[in-house]
Amino acid sequence: MERTHQYALSGYLIALADDELILGHRDSEWTGHAPILEEDIAFANLALDEIGHAKLWYELAADLLGEDKNRYPDQLVYFREPARFRNLQLVELPKGDWAFSTLRQYLFDAFEALRLEALSQSRYVPLAEIAARIRTEELYHLRHSQAWIPRLALGTEESARRTQAALDALWPYAQALAAPLPGEADLHAAGIVPSSAELFARWSAAVEGFLTEAGLQVNLGAPISDFSRKVHSEHFESLIQNLQSVARLDPEAMW
Amino acid sequence: MLPRQAGIGAGSPRLGDAELWAALSEVPDPEMPIVNLVELGIVRSAEWQAEQLVVTITPTFAACPAYAVIDQSIRERLQAAGVADVDVRVQHNPAWTTEWMTAAARSKLQAAGLAPPPRHRGNVIQVLMEPVACPRCGSHNTTLQNNFGTTPCRMIYTCVDCKEPFEMFKPL
Repeated sequence: MERTHQYALSGYLIALADDELILGHRDSEWTGHAPILEEDIAFANLALDEIGHAKLWYELAADLLGEDKNRYPDQLVYFREPARFRNLQLVELPKGDWAFSTLRQYLFDAFEALRLEALSQSRYVPLAEIAARIRTEELYHLRHSQAWIPRLALGTEESARRTQAALDALWPYAQALAAPLPGEADLHAAGIVPSSAELFARWSAAVEGFLTEAGLQVNLGAPISDFSRKVHSEHFESLIQNLQSVARLDPEAMW
Repeated sequence: MLPRQAGIGAGSPRLGDAELWAALSEVPDPEMPIVNLVELGIVRSAEWQAEQLVVTITPTFAACPAYAVIDQSIRERLQAAGVADVDVRVQHNPAWTTEWMTAAARSKLQAAGLAPPPRHRGNVIQVLMEPVACPRCGSHNTTLQNNFGTTPCRMIYTCVDCKEPFEMFKPL
């Protein structure tokens, strides 16, 4: 792979990994707090998987940059300034109620399924192979979150109301899935990664159909104003502070 | 167990393949000690590079928390067999799949009450649509309770006939 592509791909992968990490962190906040035991177990597992997937992407980025892959992921996660994270605002929003977290998981999982399918066809073989690994695990995520949407939306009056409110709140943020990831244009031209805009078009069609069938109104409210992944919401700093607090107490500690 | 041999370093006779794999077959999976790492398909190769033995493993799930224990158990077992210098390397590609699990491992899981992963030949979604047999009573009248279980690699079912919950190793 050309050097410019190596550098671009490392940035792309770090953004992908940041999405997984931050979503996993929010998912982990349900541990011990989910409405039923099964969902407590499910969200703990979702969190573990997402953070594990983040680690694989960070390690691949480390390989591309010639960094030590045993240390680089921890450096990025525990010692990076909040402003340098490249995750979507969608995944950093507070966990909300359980309908909110479940719907967010569905929206993200449905997009990720398409992206992983495309990445598993990448011309860059190490990327394709890791995408194939993650893709099989993610089948279980989508299967889970997707099964809950009609149950919630067609359940009781309260569950329907909360699910609709979650969708209204999440939809403007979810539109940022359409934006290219860092370095995407060149990498896409080289057959290394898919076009986010193309994936988004397929995602929109599938997700809107599914949500509508579940009795939800897909409110096309104005998307958030910044798709760059460089601007974070007001909730992000406290999330990072929480995530990094222990590591920063003793940066040399061995775990 | 082979006797622990202390102080064997460079120049000591190398263990042959049969002895190496016999030793590796004694390393239990940390979360399911009834099965070993070789029959799970986690150990991909064990090869001498000069005086160092390089063991290559492919972890099951990306976020499997048992990895550090697996690494350490392999080292300890081989050192006990007289291999002074062991390096355990992780290879993610090709990705581990439950298709690599041996028939013996599947039978052991079944006997321990953990439904083995169904054979899927690459189509996991298809095989998840098919009924799962209860490992206790054999009934196919079972329902999915949770896509997730007590470890990343398990999911929970309930048997309608014997009323018992059970876990299945996820097809991957």
